[in-house]
Amino acid sequence: MRAIIRLAWVVPALVLVGVFVYLPLVQNFGFSTLEWDIYSGSRQYVGLDNYRKLLDDPVFWSSLGNNLLYAAISVAVQVFGALVLAALIESVRSERWRRGLRVVYFIPSAISLTVAGLLFYFLYEPNLGVLNHALDAAGLGHLAQAWLGQESTAMLAVIAMSQWQGFGYSTLLFAVAIQRIPSEIYGAAAIDGTGPVRRFFSVTLPLVREMTGLMTMVTISGAFQVFNEVMVMTGGGPDNSTQVLGTWLYRSGFVRNDFGYAAAIATVLFVLTLAVALAQLWVTSRRRVEW
Amino acid sequence: MVSRLSFAGVIARLFMWAFLLALVVVVVYPLLWMVLNGFKTNAELFGDPFALPVDWSFGNYAKAWNRGVSGYLTTSVLVTVTSTVATVFVSAWAAYGLTRVAIPLNKVFTGLILGGLMLAPTVALVPLVKMFQSMGLYNSFWALLILYTAFRIPFTTFLIRAYMIDLPREVDEAAEMDGAGRWTAFWRIILPMCKPIITSVVLLQILFTWNEYLFAMVFTSGSGVQTLPVGLTSLMSKHGTEFPVVFAGMVIAAVPVVLLFLFGQRYIVKGLADGIGK
Repeated sequence: MRAIIRLAWVVPALVLVGVFVYLPLVQNFGFSTLEWDIYSGSRQYVGLDNYRKLLDDPVFWSSLGNNLLYAAISVAVQVFGALVLAALIESVRSERWRRGLRVVYFIPSAISLTVAGLLFYFLYEPNLGVLNHALDAAGLGHLAQAWLGQESTAMLAVIAMSQWQGFGYSTLLFAVAIQRIPSEIYGAAAIDGTGPVRRFFSVTLPLVREMTGLMTMVTISGAFQVFNEVMVMTGGGPDNSTQVLGTWLYRSGFVRNDFGYAAAIATVLFVLTLAVALAQLWVTSRRRVEW
Repeated sequence: MVSRLSFAGVIARLFMWAFLLALVVVVVYPLLWMVLNGFKTNAELFGDPFALPVDWSFGNYAKAWNRGVSGYLTTSVLVTVTSTVATVFVSAWAAYGLTRVAIPLNKVFTGLILGGLMLAPTVALVPLVKMFQSMGLYNSFWALLILYTAFRIPFTTFLIRAYMIDLPREVDEAAEMDGAGRWTAFWRIILPMCKPIITSVVLLQILFTWNEYLFAMVFTSGSGVQTLPVGLTSLMSKHGTEFPVVFAGMVIAAVPVVLLFLFGQRYIVKGLADGIGK
């Protein structure tokens, strides 16, 4: 009896998470087997038809491709780029400069993706944006173009904004990980006469590999869930060239009124993000870095 | 640290500083441009994009404020405050129960609550919309409050739990000897001891709620329930030709969280690093 009363401590959290996080997830599987018109209210069981439709939908595949491109570029910039950047920052001797750089680089991560997305929408804008004007001024006027208005550059332009917004966040975390490396290890390396580049590869990199693994997983998982910046900057256009799974799900369900199909896309997202999360668990459960 | 001032070393340092400072410009210039554009007229905006504003008036800010931003800001503040309080309390309760009370099936409950971390909100979107429609909470303040709380409990509980687990057992024993009940022990002793992590999770929850877009966009449509991120996009579509007003709105949305970060960065960094690095 007392044990049951003690459960009162965890019941609020369990109920909220159960009802609003887990239950919809389970319902989603059921929804994905329905042909469902939300206005007429007609529902019909169609088995795996929505999944077959997925396989034949070119926009689904291009969306998935965009998510993968997002993941690849983000891992390169926000994991490996950020790690190198963090090592550079931490090699600065003045503590004030180190802190200042970390803070400045992080500011874009504090402002929302919506604000950052709108800001870059304007930066890319051909008439009033600074990007084309800057290219002009640098004598590279022939490179000026409607960055978000054409299929060939739109996706990369959105991804570039996202790197700008997010790199400071991972840099900050790597900087903390590097600070936690005992200074004696660096001291020993310095006495051995190891140069800064060798030191990065033989000391820093191995000792922050746990953080590197985690950041890779977090970044990939985030890349599959991209939504905000695409909605704000292009809405998925031009001609669906910047659709990602999240925006295609939204459009299918809430604009094209095809709830069952949207649920099927959600299932794909679930499988992808769960796979990444399980990989992350596996990475964390392996032996920790010890010094 | 032993340093050898070789020629190559000096060149390398120069390159490093050039790179670091160039990156500062890449980060700061767009932000500066945004702030400056909030002071310009439409004609100036479409003129030389590098020029400074002619007249530093807050007219665009006033316009933005009167065209809905005041309402979006109010909603954002309300949702942020209420969901932060709710999330932190429910999570701290759960963390206390999971770490310091003998609960049956402890491992199962821990797994269930923290397992929520692995699930993407997008996946639950379609069923959640149906659920909130049938509860009559679609397009309401409550929808955002409930979702922001429920989806952040796993992460917040994870951080607080990791902190509470390290608090010494003797604390509970001392409380028990004093005849303090569990409630008193939690409220008077454990929670105050968790102040650093509570500060971190409060700041992280504020950053999250203030900036969240997916739920805000899907679950609210009318004015009066829209938060700033969604409000900004409606400001953009409604007054699309008056861009300086949009810039002013963007600055109003960005300033509170940037200030919050600058003042609370120590806690934000520590909370994140402990959470992800632990």
